[in-house]
Amino acid sequence: MIWAGIIVTAIGCYALKLIGLSVPDRVLTRPLTQRVAALIPPALLGALVAVQVLAEGQRLVIDARLAGLAAAVVLLLLRAPFLVVVAGAAVTAAVLRLL
Amino acid sequence: MPAPGRSVKADSLGVGVATGAYGVSFGALATASGLDVWQACALSLLVFTGASQFAFVGVVAAGGVPLAGAATSILLGSRNLFYGIGLAPVLRLRGWRRVLGAQLVIDESTAMALGQSDRDEARLAFRLTGVSVFVLWNLMTLAGALAGTAIGDPRTFGLDAAVGGAFLALLWPRLTAFPQRVVAIVGAAVATGLVPFTAAGLPIILGGAAAVAVGLALPSGKRGSG
Repeated sequence: MIWAGIIVTAIGCYALKLIGLSVPDRVLTRPLTQRVAALIPPALLGALVAVQVLAEGQRLVIDARLAGLAAAVVLLLLRAPFLVVVAGAAVTAAVLRLL
Repeated sequence: MPAPGRSVKADSLGVGVATGAYGVSFGALATASGLDVWQACALSLLVFTGASQFAFVGVVAAGGVPLAGAATSILLGSRNLFYGIGLAPVLRLRGWRRVLGAQLVIDESTAMALGQSDRDEARLAFRLTGVSVFVLWNLMTLAGALAGTAIGDPRTFGLDAAVGGAFLALLWPRLTAFPQRVVAIVGAAVATGLVPFTAAGLPIILGGAAAVAVGLALPSGKRGSG
């Protein structure tokens, strides 16, 4: 099942890239299409952050992951690079669990 | 001042190295989330667009069916469609060059290509950035995936929290304008509210859809980049 998901994702993502390079841009540069396109990444990433940090199966829980996210916020405000942000979130959560 | 071509090369390779390096976090989080090394590497080779890959892993790790992961991932990948439209008149790729070049259409190669004033330099920047990210991203995914399998319970090292941090780091630079900020918060709130009531994976797609709808209802004002 995971492989099926990977193959569908691969075909879908590649098709989007190829279509962008290939189609005449009249339809796709309409203002509404462009607005939707600009909104999709923040909408989905916002949802992904929340679910990743708060959900455990179908339950909402507050645990060390939330502290990890807080650490990530601080690091992003300090303009830390991507890997430092990710590692900072991990280390914060791991240390909290040790205590 | 160095010759323009040289600075394009140096900048493109620099972006390639910096971006490729965080493939290690993708590989580690993918295998720690239950994928095997082959699956992690297949995602980096075949999907090759970072946010979509993290999204797939995040949904699957949360217990969502792989097709929900695929749907989230493809929706996030839709921005590459618009990158392609912007790049097409600059790159003018035909035939097999377009078939291969399409896979290199990602955030970084687009930004580097469209940042050049001259078409030859734009093509050079696209190729160099795309190829260097591709090579390093895949090598580092393999390294990270092997490390991730050695870790055991991902919670011990806080890797579950690292995925949330990764999503936030991907989101952060997109919060450039008011609509994007509102939409991110609405997406997070709706998805959180749906967690107890829907199957894993669905809160993300439904939350994202609701947020886009809210975003369209906002006065358009300044439009941020996707």
